[in-house]
Amino acid sequence: MKSAWRWSLPFLVFAALAVFLYTGLFRDPREVPSPLIGKPAPAFALRDLHEPGRTFGTTDMRGQVWLLNVWASWCESCRIEHPLLVDLARQKIVPIVGLDYKDKDDLGKKWLADRGNPYSVSIVDGDGRVGIDWGVYGVPETFVVDKEGIIRYKQIGPVNADVLAKTIVPLVRRLQQS
Amino acid sequence: MRVTSLAGVIALGLVATVFALASSIAPAQTPADAALDARLKRLELTLRCLVCQNQTLADSDAPLAADLRREIRELAQGGKSDDDIRGFLTSRYGDFVLYDPPVQRNTFVLWFGPFALLVAGAAIWWRMGRRRARESQAADDGAAAARGRSLLES
Repeated sequence: MKSAWRWSLPFLVFAALAVFLYTGLFRDPREVPSPLIGKPAPAFALRDLHEPGRTFGTTDMRGQVWLLNVWASWCESCRIEHPLLVDLARQKIVPIVGLDYKDKDDLGKKWLADRGNPYSVSIVDGDGRVGIDWGVYGVPETFVVDKEGIIRYKQIGPVNADVLAKTIVPLVRRLQQS
Repeated sequence: MRVTSLAGVIALGLVATVFALASSIAPAQTPADAALDARLKRLELTLRCLVCQNQTLADSDAPLAADLRREIRELAQGGKSDDDIRGFLTSRYGDFVLYDPPVQRNTFVLWFGPFALLVAGAAIWWRMGRRRARESQAADDGAAAARGRSLLES
């Protein structure tokens, strides 16, 4: 029994290390888990992109599940996810608030005019302060916020059809029912 | 002679340019500003830029790093301590922004794992050494006995 341990222990240690390193191969170090998940969404009141006189804030979304999509006209990978957001908006599952991050107003407006506007509201974060409050570091980012204003999910980088169908939409529906 | 005078003129011109540049770049700074700069620089060297990940906030040219440096400067000017500023960043971006991970439950393995491995290795090494010494002692005894026997029998 003792000698069985002696021979198998190095193999077990090796196997544990191999599993550890192997799973590490498939983890993306760019995806830093957000400490904001499960916490109240940081409050903001920002200028509307299309009606500069109007402000829109987190309090306006109280009582409903919503998405915050952080984008910019200079953001290359926002182009990839944009048609998916337009499609999601067309299905009227959940309101999407668009946060135009560190962008020029006219470029942002042109972008939406050219590619379709999936946002129920578009707001402007010109100097990126709200982005910092929300822990944004890689545009595009998408947050799911529940009825109580708690952040439930964060997608870093563009959403894809898989994430939308398997994660975001089911989560939204569950939160809407609760 | 002509060569040296030309070199002299060029050198003089260079020195003058350097001085002109230096005086135009560096704004008038009070000692308090310099102290704040030094403090922020020290702090930023311990913080990670999330965009480049392997650069500190002080070294990074990413726009987000510039925004965060601005934010940190404003917090510091508002009287916040280094710990407050670190708290500001970790509440938004997580412990990953700290190059020096805090000692807490989920980092025990990270902090103490290498020492545990070292102790385990040392223990195994010590035990193997002791056993080998015992075996070689026994082998020596056996060899000596055999020689004694062969001497007696001859």
